[in-house]
Amino acid sequence: MSATTLSRETGRSAGGGAKPKFAVIRFPGSNCDQDAYFMVRDVLECPVEYVWHQETSLQGFDVVILPGGFSYGDYLRTGAVARFAPIMEAVYAHAERGGYVVGICNGFQILCEAHLLPGALVRNEECRFICKHVNLRVENAETPFTRNYRQGQTLRIPIAHGEGRYVCDDATLQELEQNERVLFRYVNAEGEADATGNPNGSLANIAGIANAKFNVMGMMPHPERAAEKILGSADGRALFESLLLALK
Amino acid sequence: MSQVKVVVTLKPSLLDAQGRVVQDALHSLGYANVAQVRIGKYMELELTPSGEGDLDTEIKEMCDRLLTNPVIENYTYEVLK
Repeated sequence: MSATTLSRETGRSAGGGAKPKFAVIRFPGSNCDQDAYFMVRDVLECPVEYVWHQETSLQGFDVVILPGGFSYGDYLRTGAVARFAPIMEAVYAHAERGGYVVGICNGFQILCEAHLLPGALVRNEECRFICKHVNLRVENAETPFTRNYRQGQTLRIPIAHGEGRYVCDDATLQELEQNERVLFRYVNAEGEADATGNPNGSLANIAGIANAKFNVMGMMPHPERAAEKILGSADGRALFESLLLALK
Repeated sequence: MSQVKVVVTLKPSLLDAQGRVVQDALHSLGYANVAQVRIGKYMELELTPSGEGDLDTEIKEMCDRLLTNPVIENYTYEVLK
């Protein structure tokens, strides 16, 4: 390994051609960690490792996935305790140096609690846990997470959450909209972002957003569960392929 | 040892989905006079002042960092001897 040098930017092995390396963070209560791991290893065919929440380094990883689940039993608030897990310092550092971070479902909730993304996820408007496929519209196809989609493309991706209603203050919403940081919106069968297409009462039908630098994103729907046709939809796959393109 | 009581409420601007369900349930029990229900959280902390800085500063810090999410919640607290 003596010839291996790590890029200062991402900590990624230099040399070109190497496939990006993914980390899937495991908190006590994570339950979509295996879905994410399988998708990266078997569908994307990229190197991937689980990283336990007590770890303190993400050196050598290009993409960090915070998977879905009920970290720390959702005690206090979703993501509130996970946000202080030892690994989170390394997640901050990874994001700070421009590394990619993807938060799915509980991962999105954790990223909001950690202030890596603005706003918060609260109880669904109808109070029920909702587990079904929904329609999403790609709102910005020029980001490292979405460049393999078409602008305005409609996707079928499953949701599975009880607390997925995105909320934020007016100034934050304005900032998100103006800078096209809303990546996905819930839409109806006609592709319209109205109340009929909004499963949980999210503000402005927001399903996924990015940070200002577009290297951290969070979404409530599960693209990793929609990466192969046999699972009912392969529409989620392009999100991860977008990252591969961005890391080329 | 001090006892601290913290009450956390959802910001008034936010729809309280749980509160609305409870309000509907009260209405079906015949309490038509209930105009609104908001559900919050109540926490009791028992602690010895750490000696550095004052207790109020420490409690506020705990509330802002972990016990509440300032994006969606407000809080009040009371220190009992």
